[in-house]
Amino acid sequence: MPADTSITSQLNSLRTGPDERGHFGIHGGRFVAETLMPLMLELEQSYNHAKTDPQFQEELDYYLRHYVGRPSPLWHAKRLSETLGGAQIYLKREELNHTGSHKLNNVMGQILLARRMGKTRIVAETGAGQHGVATATVCALFGLDCEIYMGATDVERQKPNVFRMHLLGAKVHPVTAGAGTLKDAMNEAMRDWVANVENTYFLVGTVAGPHPYPTMVRDFQSVIGTEAREQIQEQTGRLPDAVIAAIGGGSNAMGIFHPFLDDVDVPLYGVEAAGLGLDSGKTAASIARGKPGVLHGNRTYLLQDEHGQITEAHSISAGLDYPGIGPEHSWLKDIGRVNYVSATDNQALEAFQTLTKLEGIIPALESAHAVAHAIVMAPTMTKDQTIIVNLSGRGDKDVPTVAAHLGVKL
Amino acid sequence: MSRIKACFDRLKKEGRGALLPYLEAFDPDRETSLALLRQMPEAGADLIEVGVPFSDPSADGPTIQLAARRGLKAGATLKGTLELIGEFRKGNDHTPIILMGYYNPIDRYGVERFCQDARSAGVDGLIVVDLPPEESEELAPYAKAAGLDIITLTAPTTPDDRLKTILKNASGFVYYVSITGITGTRSATEDQLKAAMARLKAATDLPVVTGFGISTPEQARIASRISDGAVVASAIIKEMAATYDEHGHATERSIPTALEKIHSLAKAVQG
Repeated sequence: MPADTSITSQLNSLRTGPDERGHFGIHGGRFVAETLMPLMLELEQSYNHAKTDPQFQEELDYYLRHYVGRPSPLWHAKRLSETLGGAQIYLKREELNHTGSHKLNNVMGQILLARRMGKTRIVAETGAGQHGVATATVCALFGLDCEIYMGATDVERQKPNVFRMHLLGAKVHPVTAGAGTLKDAMNEAMRDWVANVENTYFLVGTVAGPHPYPTMVRDFQSVIGTEAREQIQEQTGRLPDAVIAAIGGGSNAMGIFHPFLDDVDVPLYGVEAAGLGLDSGKTAASIARGKPGVLHGNRTYLLQDEHGQITEAHSISAGLDYPGIGPEHSWLKDIGRVNYVSATDNQALEAFQTLTKLEGIIPALESAHAVAHAIVMAPTMTKDQTIIVNLSGRGDKDVPTVAAHLGVKL
Repeated sequence: MSRIKACFDRLKKEGRGALLPYLEAFDPDRETSLALLRQMPEAGADLIEVGVPFSDPSADGPTIQLAARRGLKAGATLKGTLELIGEFRKGNDHTPIILMGYYNPIDRYGVERFCQDARSAGVDGLIVVDLPPEESEELAPYAKAAGLDIITLTAPTTPDDRLKTILKNASGFVYYVSITGITGTRSATEDQLKAAMARLKAATDLPVVTGFGISTPEQARIASRISDGAVVASAIIKEMAATYDEHGHATERSIPTALEKIHSLAKAVQG
């Protein structure tokens, strides 16, 4: 990643965070038990070393091109745009990556790092199962032991992905604590890691957790925005008028936003999952309804009660069903660079069907939240304006959930 | 002199280590945990760790996770836990109380007000599991001003040079997490403990207590001799929880069972 390192540009750049201890404004940091602390320092050192090693970058580029299938296309969704009657919508087709989502970008980077660090056993948490599948995939590719922690509720609603992980040779542990979703899986993965620190690498799937995970995952996902920024200029001759991405932990959004952060005239929209509605008590919108707090190694906006107990998130999309958000998003919210909005379960379901019918692309329910916001925004814009939507994953895994919501028995 | 220092000075004169039993506040209800807390010193507790239930106890094993869940169900909050300790202090002015928990409830309470309230309630030390020295400057000045010791955690994974740095500002005592893992699972061997103590004693003059994975009187005896104290948590909670009825409520056997366990540990430590 070429970086402009002159002092002036750094002073004016929003892309230089975090500080040396992992803080983005008041957010981020490294809130972990002492047992893990030396590991975090070691990981940071290894990552910093790898990042500046041309050989590492070359190796990563090789796998991204020949195994993941990058670059991913930027598709001008003409029928969708025409139907909405406003801005031209471009889809960044991350769902075309191997394993069907943006998750592999990060997983590929981290697995190469884990190998450099000599780790032989990989643990990971997963919500919808996309990150679990991506992790199991690279473990199969490199012959590493793989243990996936997944909430019992998610195991139930994402059966196809659970079976894919089994086929790939991973062991899937259903977690019954709490509501049995992503937050509980994260707790359990951290417990496994702390008990097996010597040979185990914790492969975090989103831009959250203790430093350096939020930075590292962002860096690996930034390939999305770097490509999209070039592609939109090739196709339209200029930068877009909006970039939209869905947010759970926020890795696909951070990946597409980061290369645009210094393009201050390009508005960025992060779409949180409102669930049944922002004030229904059944929501996953951590920024809209949360307060800053400390969980899973970082300070960030969290859904919590007045006593500091973390509350359960709700979203139709298992991948967005998390009571927190990456710390860099929390900072971008505080400084006002990104607009955080939301879409409900129903809006996502509608967007899921609309995109499928008009473009022949079945989006993941996560990505359908971003599409839902484009459906709201596009008609308010002119026909010569453009929106990039990050289509972070494909929706095959969600077909049973959508069928159930539409009252169809498969 | 602080209660913690007075306690370790006294034990040093007696020529033995400390027993630090753990109690999860509000497990399974407020009254039971208060009654147990009040009787723990007489059963042989030298210092007491009071756990503050948290929704996401990511460093804890299944036993303490369940205890935390029962406590929360019974209405536990950080404020309620401080009130519990305040009531205990009305009848006991010498047993040090160490509050153990995760950072978010403290952060939400407001760090400065929390330290003041904890001190007035009679808390002596704080163990904040997920607040490593690198982040503890947000808490340390207020704790110091209130006269609370922040207990520094050390682990088998902590390298020697790091030990020196993190123990420079330690106070009260040092807590050695004797295994890499979560509470109440595996145990360290005697040789591992001895090697660890040599490293720790080279880095600090403070008393060092051992925790995580101590469940039997024999293990407590060994740990309290090799180090300056033994923390026992999951083993007490597990035996007590086995006496709860099918709704998870305390029965008449609950408190006596916990006290018997503490007594058997104390005998081994004092013996």
